[in-house]
Amino acid sequence: METLENILAAAIRSGTPLLFATLGEIITERSGILNLGLEGLMLIGAIFGFIAAYTLQNVYLAFILAMVAGALFSLIHAFVTISLRANQTVSGLALTMLGTGVSGMIGRNYIGQVAPKFSKIDLPLLSKIPLIGKVFFSHDVLVYVSYILVAVTSYFLFKTRLGMNLRAVGEEPAAADSAGINVFLTRYFATIIGGALTAAGGAYLSLAYTSMWIENMSAGRGWIAIALVIFSMWEPYKAMIGSYLFGGIMALQLRLQAEGKINISSNLLMMLPYLTTLIVMIVFSFNEKFRKRVGAPSALGIPYSREEKT
Amino acid sequence: MLHLKLKIEKRLERFKCENFLISVVSLIISLVIMGIFIWINTGNFADVVETYKELFTWPFFPELGLVDTILKMIPLALIALGLLVVFKMKVWNIGAEGQLYLGAMATTWGALFLFKNMSNSISMITLLLIFGAIAGALWALIPAILKAFLKLDEIVTTLMLNYIAVYWLNYLIYGPWKDPKGFNFPLTAVFPKNSWLPELGDTGIHIGIIITFILVFVTYFIMYKTHLGFELKIIGDNPKAARYSGISIEKNLIIAMIFSGALAGLAGSIQVLGVQHRLQHGFSTGYGYTAIIVAWLARLNPFSAVIVAFLFGGLLVGGEQLQIVMRFPISMISALQGLILFSLLASEAIFKYRIKITKNDPIKIGGEFNGNT
Repeated sequence: METLENILAAAIRSGTPLLFATLGEIITERSGILNLGLEGLMLIGAIFGFIAAYTLQNVYLAFILAMVAGALFSLIHAFVTISLRANQTVSGLALTMLGTGVSGMIGRNYIGQVAPKFSKIDLPLLSKIPLIGKVFFSHDVLVYVSYILVAVTSYFLFKTRLGMNLRAVGEEPAAADSAGINVFLTRYFATIIGGALTAAGGAYLSLAYTSMWIENMSAGRGWIAIALVIFSMWEPYKAMIGSYLFGGIMALQLRLQAEGKINISSNLLMMLPYLTTLIVMIVFSFNEKFRKRVGAPSALGIPYSREEKT
Repeated sequence: MLHLKLKIEKRLERFKCENFLISVVSLIISLVIMGIFIWINTGNFADVVETYKELFTWPFFPELGLVDTILKMIPLALIALGLLVVFKMKVWNIGAEGQLYLGAMATTWGALFLFKNMSNSISMITLLLIFGAIAGALWALIPAILKAFLKLDEIVTTLMLNYIAVYWLNYLIYGPWKDPKGFNFPLTAVFPKNSWLPELGDTGIHIGIIITFILVFVTYFIMYKTHLGFELKIIGDNPKAARYSGISIEKNLIIAMIFSGALAGLAGSIQVLGVQHRLQHGFSTGYGYTAIIVAWLARLNPFSAVIVAFLFGGLLVGGEQLQIVMRFPISMISALQGLILFSLLASEAIFKYRIKITKNDPIKIGGEFNGNT
């Protein structure tokens, strides 16, 4: 019982960075912009969050600054793909390379340093519920923020005027344009918000999950988040389930490694999250709804221009 | 009240050697930005000058790093050649790194275990190279089949396969294949001498370079002289039209991915047989990713790909040199590669479109109106 609680709680913790990134990408992709730079954005969030926490000794401010850094960084992608209408796939890859490189360069002097981290806060009453309390309500504040964020994102996308405009832009930009929605501004907005949230996921790694900077510490989480967007069919609540499932696999893998009871090489265990992503994608693809990409914005990846009808 | 409006429209006339200009302009832009970054970081302009002096001289002079540059050019060019073919049909094989790893692993398996007692050097090397190519091709076949029949996004699947390949290789060299006499370092035993790629004279350059040049022509031939190449181009330009004219996208996708994977696998094979003569941790410095930029900067032309691969081989060698001389982190190269790719996208757009600053009346009636420029 004790261990099950611990494993599930660890699943939530290691799923949280995935959740932030997946929510961010859902918003971006819903507007029709594919951002494959998540891996780079997470690293940017992680390093800027860490440097801010280290110098300012304030984790809250650091977390916000990490998001600002992510927003600014994703602005490059927005400019290149929205204003210059360049290939979104290539731009996303470039963003990942740039993010990996820049974070490695500026983070070099911070390797081995320790910064303050978010402390665990047991929510009153809620954390006392048997099993559920320990699993869901005995974490750092960012985990709670991510719960709220799921609801807010879902409400925003499906219930607010701005969210509906955003989705319209992702489905039928020309129609949205003639209805008076500013396609370019909406896409800029979605890309920047997505970048900020992805960076928040990265900052979670260096400010809550650990309290240090390790080069390439996102370790493919950005790419897994891109797969999670597809699994979740571009819906925030489903993204939550997917993120915790993968968080669970990552936590389990770490636990098996640490315990050393099972005689499997740690390198093989480390394959697990990536192998699972692949297998889940295959299993899902036998589902009609998934194969037809229900939920995928129709204009995803297609640059929009008023003059040229594509 | 007038306000300025940025307007982008398609440029109708084309420049002479536009593709070449785009590549050169984007390289210059990214070097300038990188220079500014270094300047801010170190606070010393002399460092920027020193950096670029090192970056442009060391890799390209025979007494210094030229051999290294050529040795790095070989895998980059091979992988890029394979990528040209898949990129042509707009399939994003990001998995070249994993395919390279598989090629190296299969070759190692052959050299250390299966054919270790083979006495004929030529047949052993041929066999090992084919082994590597097949392994790379099979690793690329997985995402190809998943995309062709299950419609799975190849970017995510190839990337996941990259991570799996990296850990698989680590497992082997930290575990069952570890050299017992290797002082616990993550590397295998040295391959038998028979399997080493012969050098060209005493230049220090192995025959992989000849294989590369042959494959440049093969790739050119496939892309421009065969029906397959023609079909790939149509699929890339307009998949719907391709489908209506009876071209099988699935078939072409699988063939192109096998070709691409085979070349990446071959690159891995050549790398271990020609350079390290063993499999070791970090044997690839991200060749599979760098080759993506090489292919793009070469504008998907096989001949340009070799030249760009040479330049990028130089960039990698220069980067290593800067690590020693200037104590720069190796991640600088990754940042520079990202910058180059962004500059490439931006200059492409700037060449393709013209940016017009127009003074428009803020109140417009009925759609686009650009009367008073």
